[in-house]
Amino acid sequence: MEAFDMSLVNWSRAQFALTAMYHWIFVPLTLGLSFIIAFMHTRYYKTGSEKWKNTTKFWMKLFGINFAIGVATGIILEFEFGTNWSNYSWFVGDIFGAPLAIEGIMAFFLESTFIAVMFFGWNRVSKKFHMLSSWFVAFGSNLSALWILVANAWMQNPVGMKFNPDSARNEMENFAEVLFSPTAINKFLHTISNGYVVASLFVIGISAWFILKGKHLEFAKRSILVASVFGLLSSIFVVITGDSSAHNVAQIQPMKFAAMEGIYEGGEGVGLTTIGMVTPGKRYDNNKNDFVFALKAPKMLSYLANRNSNSFVPGINDLIDGNKDHNIIPISERMEFGKLAINAFKEYNNSEDAEIKESALKTLEENYQHFGYGYLPDKKSAIPNVPLTFYSFHIMVSLGFFFIVLFGAFLFFSVKQKIESKKKWLKLAVWSIPLGFLASELGWVVAEVGRQPWTIQDILPTMVSTSHLSTSSVQVTFWAFVALFTVLLIAEIKIMLHQIKSGPKNMED
Amino acid sequence: MSHLALQQYWWIIISLLGSLLVFLMFVQGGQTLVSQLAKTSIERKILFNSVGRRWDITFTTLVTFGGAFFASFPLFYSTSFGGAYWVWMLILFSFIIQAVSYEYRTKPENFLGEKTYNTFLFINGLVATILIGIVVGTFFTGSDFSIDKLRLTESGNNIISQWEGPAHGLEAALNLTNLSLGLAIFTLSRILGALYFINNVDNKVLVHRASHLMKFCSIAFLVFFLLFTGLILTREGFAVNPETQEVYMEKYKYLHNFIQMPVVLVIFLLGVVGVLAGIYIGAFKKSGKGIWFAGAGTILTVLSIFLLAGFNNTAFYPSTYDLQSSLTIQNASSSKYTLTVMSYVSLLVPFVIAYIWYSWKSLSKKKINEKDIINDDMAY
Repeated sequence: MEAFDMSLVNWSRAQFALTAMYHWIFVPLTLGLSFIIAFMHTRYYKTGSEKWKNTTKFWMKLFGINFAIGVATGIILEFEFGTNWSNYSWFVGDIFGAPLAIEGIMAFFLESTFIAVMFFGWNRVSKKFHMLSSWFVAFGSNLSALWILVANAWMQNPVGMKFNPDSARNEMENFAEVLFSPTAINKFLHTISNGYVVASLFVIGISAWFILKGKHLEFAKRSILVASVFGLLSSIFVVITGDSSAHNVAQIQPMKFAAMEGIYEGGEGVGLTTIGMVTPGKRYDNNKNDFVFALKAPKMLSYLANRNSNSFVPGINDLIDGNKDHNIIPISERMEFGKLAINAFKEYNNSEDAEIKESALKTLEENYQHFGYGYLPDKKSAIPNVPLTFYSFHIMVSLGFFFIVLFGAFLFFSVKQKIESKKKWLKLAVWSIPLGFLASELGWVVAEVGRQPWTIQDILPTMVSTSHLSTSSVQVTFWAFVALFTVLLIAEIKIMLHQIKSGPKNMED
Repeated sequence: MSHLALQQYWWIIISLLGSLLVFLMFVQGGQTLVSQLAKTSIERKILFNSVGRRWDITFTTLVTFGGAFFASFPLFYSTSFGGAYWVWMLILFSFIIQAVSYEYRTKPENFLGEKTYNTFLFINGLVATILIGIVVGTFFTGSDFSIDKLRLTESGNNIISQWEGPAHGLEAALNLTNLSLGLAIFTLSRILGALYFINNVDNKVLVHRASHLMKFCSIAFLVFFLLFTGLILTREGFAVNPETQEVYMEKYKYLHNFIQMPVVLVIFLLGVVGVLAGIYIGAFKKSGKGIWFAGAGTILTVLSIFLLAGFNNTAFYPSTYDLQSSLTIQNASSSKYTLTVMSYVSLLVPFVIAYIWYSWKSLSKKKINEKDIINDDMAY
């Protein structure tokens, strides 16, 4: 089981990472800004005030510019599961396809139909229907997030399915288990609330810039008040759902959890690293220290992982070499079990003899939970990139706490009517816009790099998931995406900056 | 419902989504007409804003078509997208550039300039319609791929579904049947685009030009469409033995399908009559009603073409490399459980269509005119 075309696998991964990360620049803003706009639109509907109308229209314009490129970068993702991950689509399409289809039927039409009303409905439809359309857009975009995140969560925690050796694929047995898996719920809530944080930072940052320039003061203060309330609530919620997500990862994907924290040797009552630096060149099979330095919160990691501050948390070495005291099977054994399962699948299909078939099926079912390990070339390939996962996780978490402070401060200054004098905070808010996007992207790095080498946890490794293409084909499309998306991103930023500079129209202030 | 009934139900839904997509590609057709119909920048603005308010519905239908195909016939998804890589990539690239073009084309500081975005829209209209037609053409002509689930147990080459030619889908463009369908869809989308302008634009000059140009498109369309129809009805097709599921070649298979499924033939004929009626109304009466006839006609015609490819023991995605690798609605579908779940979801579709209808109506009470566009600060 060697001789994988790793260059094809890596280029396919690179292309998916590239397109997904581009797409993810735009999506969080859509998720959050849509609600902020709907709220402002409702204020206009209730008060009839031109000020709220202009405020709504200003943010709506920016929303539209962002939404268009979000759509452009999004279409490719759906089809890439087929174009570049043909084996994956074969192996789990029976489960994975459903949420994608539901996303289209339930969410995308809601979004696209009412976006047209939202933008072109001024003076064309009734004020009430127009205002409701803004809410439909917000619900539609968040509903689409639900379904794609259910699909992603299922890859991390494959539940509600059974392998069918006749069709060589996994088939769905319980839709409710897929939809309501704790991984799916945590992922959905954590991701959408992260979108609300990004959008709130965006609104506060741009408004802060107006105040620094001494322009559109009333508009800016009104926007800051709305966004700081929304941002504060959302950022607290991000921390709560982040905590339960991490707890869930510890239970379902212990290797990812160990990589997030950079721990090689597990133990009981393990501390949580708040700030630290992993030792360069540290591998599972050398004796270097895990960290150059690390500031730890005592016992917190054990608590985070198992809700018990004295509990055992496995490190990477425990997971690779096994740990009898804690019932962890060594990877080398799982690789053997996986090979047994793969061979049993072959035997089941090659034999006409009912008895042989039955015994092969039994072996397959007993060892199916290790199926993917049968493809691993060696045990160290079960370890994800530790430094990348570790730093992404810790920078993301630190930023998350910083955002709470920022939103709290802006809400406080807003209520006290002191914003204009807080120049340093205003500058900080402007610089926090990219930090919001950074934290958001890093979250996906943790989720997706940390789960390597799996596309389907324990069942299907990334290297068995690709399409039958030449590496050069994928390289060509990779660079085409780099060029096209970069050009479009530059266009988007230029258009947006221009729109921001021209400010909300018809404002007296 | 039995598994087979569910498979047939889902093939009908896929066919309906496919036919709705072809109808909604009036947006793409409209995009290719703008440079010919509009002489001034305000005329261009009117036309782009007319189709521009509908572009995302077409786009969403494409995405939903892909998602629904994935959910109901995942083995097609795995085989066609991963195999005919270049054709699908070109289609997707053309939609990527479309998605930003309306929003960005007249915005200040748009980096590429209005002309580039207009060209993007033209390219999308040209490439997407022709290539989607070519892909659907391969439902009748076949492709070179092989499927072997036991590859999963091999070392090195583990990929179950593999394309066997080096061109990864581009070779389909060299086949006359595929090409004639591609060009038929392209010209049809232009007819529909023109009819949509006639319906939606309040500008006599533009309506006159659209009506005039449509006559030429219609002649071209009829040539390509009749060529395609003639070619598939006279060729041998990919039949499936219902007992053994063995795939074999049958002479006049698609003609037989029409005869053995008279309902499909009636749908086809009604569709063609609808399209012709729409063309007549638009070209000679210059009435806005043409789009409704031609639109309904398009939906019925395309629906019948999909049913012709998938029903009556026919392999809808045949392999000419290895006949037994061909995909049928039975061997390519999802499990009974998944199809059942998805069937419940499909009950939402009428509701979705209803709100789309309602919002379209409320937005299009008034036709688009010059004054409207100039005064609208959200206009494209």
